[in-house]
Amino acid sequence: MDIRRLNKTLVWLLLLSLAFGLVFIGCAKERAPRGRGGVEAGRSDIMEAALKTYVAPGDLDEYYLFYSGGHSGQIFVAGVPSMRHICTIPVFTPYPGTGYGFDDESKAMLGGISWGDSHHPGPSETNGDYDGRWLFINDNAHGRIARIDLGDFKTKQILKVPNISANHGSAFVTPNTEYITMATRMSIPIPQGRYADVDEYAEEYNGIVAGIKVADDGEMSLGWEILVPPFNYDLGDAGKLVSDGWMFWTCYNSEREFIEGAKLEVTASQRDKDFVMAVNWRDAEAAVKAGKAKMIGGAPVLMPKDIAGSIYFIPLAKSPHGVDVAPSGKWIIGSGKLSPTTTVFNWEKALAAMKAKDFEDTVDDIPVLRYEAVMEAEVPVGLGPLHTQFDGKGFAYTSLFVESSVAKWRIGPPWDIVDKIPVAYNIGHLVTAEGETVNPDGNYLVALNKLSKGRHLSVGPSIPESAQLIDIEGEQMKLLYDAFTEPEPHYAVMVKADKLDPFEVYKKETNHHPEAIWSEEEARVERKGNKVEVWMLSVRSFFAPDVIRVNEGDNVTIHITNIEQTRDELHGLAIDDYNLNIVIDPGETKSVTFKAKKPGVFAFYCTNFCSALHQEMQGYFLVKPKS
Amino acid sequence: MKKYIDWVSQFLNKQLNLQSRILIVLAALIIIPSFFLPLWSLEFWSAQYPEGLDMYVYSHKLESGDDGNDLVEINILNHYIGMKAIEAEDFSEFKWIPLALLIFIFIAFRAAVFGKMGKLVDAVFLFVYFGIYSLWTFWYRLYTYGHNLDPRAPVNLDPFMPPVFGYKPVGQFKVWSYPEAGGYLLGVFVLLLVVAMWLSRKEEAL
Repeated sequence: MDIRRLNKTLVWLLLLSLAFGLVFIGCAKERAPRGRGGVEAGRSDIMEAALKTYVAPGDLDEYYLFYSGGHSGQIFVAGVPSMRHICTIPVFTPYPGTGYGFDDESKAMLGGISWGDSHHPGPSETNGDYDGRWLFINDNAHGRIARIDLGDFKTKQILKVPNISANHGSAFVTPNTEYITMATRMSIPIPQGRYADVDEYAEEYNGIVAGIKVADDGEMSLGWEILVPPFNYDLGDAGKLVSDGWMFWTCYNSEREFIEGAKLEVTASQRDKDFVMAVNWRDAEAAVKAGKAKMIGGAPVLMPKDIAGSIYFIPLAKSPHGVDVAPSGKWIIGSGKLSPTTTVFNWEKALAAMKAKDFEDTVDDIPVLRYEAVMEAEVPVGLGPLHTQFDGKGFAYTSLFVESSVAKWRIGPPWDIVDKIPVAYNIGHLVTAEGETVNPDGNYLVALNKLSKGRHLSVGPSIPESAQLIDIEGEQMKLLYDAFTEPEPHYAVMVKADKLDPFEVYKKETNHHPEAIWSEEEARVERKGNKVEVWMLSVRSFFAPDVIRVNEGDNVTIHITNIEQTRDELHGLAIDDYNLNIVIDPGETKSVTFKAKKPGVFAFYCTNFCSALHQEMQGYFLVKPKS
Repeated sequence: MKKYIDWVSQFLNKQLNLQSRILIVLAALIIIPSFFLPLWSLEFWSAQYPEGLDMYVYSHKLESGDDGNDLVEINILNHYIGMKAIEAEDFSEFKWIPLALLIFIFIAFRAAVFGKMGKLVDAVFLFVYFGIYSLWTFWYRLYTYGHNLDPRAPVNLDPFMPPVFGYKPVGQFKVWSYPEAGGYLLGVFVLLLVVAMWLSRKEEAL
């Protein structure tokens, strides 16, 4: 070949590829420009969205949004529709902002554990509707459940429940707050603490589902546990109306395997169907009362055969995540995350199948209802369905993780998809206004997304989570607002503001703390041996006493009362270099006990800015050296 | 001059007609609710107290808004300027004013029963003295609070006069001082007595 021809060909080829390259780069830029301009998911009509979400200065939001804080261990409170973060309620993790975890009482409640994994907030209910008394939330990491009083938005109880490993299917509340659900996500040898190698998974490991009893004053206690097959019990819900008396949990890994190195994501995805488990909690309660439970690991544990006729499996598309009971209680909706459909079960049919013993199998003494006998519809919602919520107008909303969107579909024939909206990005849970009650409001939906990339000012690689407010009043869903939170909301609940009646001052008459003092005359320091007890008050802008003298090694207890009776007059008490910060609300008394380990002179001061002379609000903690 | 004195003594000897006597009884009855209603109020307002701080003066007690906490709050704020805490125990008025009002009921009834203009005029004049004296003590109390400021207080303020009647800005506060329902009722009491006098002006002297 002529060398010149070859050169010419090469030049042409080069030019051609350059042109192609330019066109290609151009197209690529066209298709995926960076920044908000190119983000298809989550555009909105600016005027409409602004009008719907703007809450003018001084005006109040319509709803409380209680987000779980995930592995931050907290609950975040925001207002809807503004999506403004209003406060953080510390639950499982110390929070110096409110002094939580520093005073004796909250420290004891945390039990030496410095974090939790809060997933699913559950408000207390009366007749299947939120009643604004309490909010319960699970700790996925330590088998715990907490109760927050919605009078003062404070954590009042943390209950550690034995045998529960990774409490995920929790805290779902029965219609009159009789019980709250708890369940094992990762099966372990029971009782908890017993050793058995994972090689013996199928034989030695078990799951536990549990009912936590709630007393009239909100006090939680363990009602019953049921020893169940070594599956992974995932999410739950409590039945209502037609399905009242029942609790539901999804379970994956019905393969009942954990093979070292074989990857659970593979081994747990082999069977076509896993299950929803249904338990009649009234029967479980009665069985414990009748003495059928065995004490295992300090908990009353029932075997499935102890409550035969009150525990069932229902087959569900494989690796299910959410199970949600529709407002009528008739439809139990489960989503297999690896199936493009959401399955609707008819609870009336389920009850009939139980009566007729229409079973397709029995697993460890638990009958499996025949799928076709119970299933009402398979709705082709889309890829990666996780959770379903309701609007009270005959529609359901299912989050689609893989598809990164929300599908709106009709409950009832023809069980069709009505609308779909993309979200940014990868939605996990979703919540509609009062959407899990018997009476949803059908106006707002919040999509709780796992990823938020590029939709906020960049803050480095620890990217916050995203929550998007969606208008569901009309036939078509409309995106209204993007909000961002710290890690990591899982589920949230939206409660109408007028259901709550919080108070902002602990009235003197209602402060029954035995160590409370209300006047400077009562302020004092008393010594008994090496124990020093201080009764202190705080009020604008001083502490009384303002000098505490102790000896090195003394055990010091300070009881501090904030004698203010006006709202928003909080005071703090921090002792310099002593890793200590107490915050007392108006009219509140807290005690803190610590050892005076370090000799020297340490200032103490008010940490919560209180007044014009806040800087003067200080005193001295004098620790005389031993020698 | 003699003519004028004669007129006065004649007027004081006038008989009260039935209308006047009924009116006097009504006036006396009107005092009763004033025991249960505030006579005067002071309202403090500033940006950080959007609901305001309210203080109510009764004949026998001091009350304040937010279940009494407004007074606690007012005292906490006042300690910065070295003002003495306002405490009900310090007011002797709360002991004698209710008694005085009770006496006025009897004085009014007395005029109605005896039916004498002179007794009615006694009641009116005594009540006017009482009213003026009460307002003076009110003024004097406020003056004392505003003029006896602890010189070692964190905030140095020139002695000041809080408002006795009407509006006055004090520091960051706007302060309104006005009579309340009970106070108005006492006003109505004396007004009714005056009307009773007017109605019997043409009656015969005894």
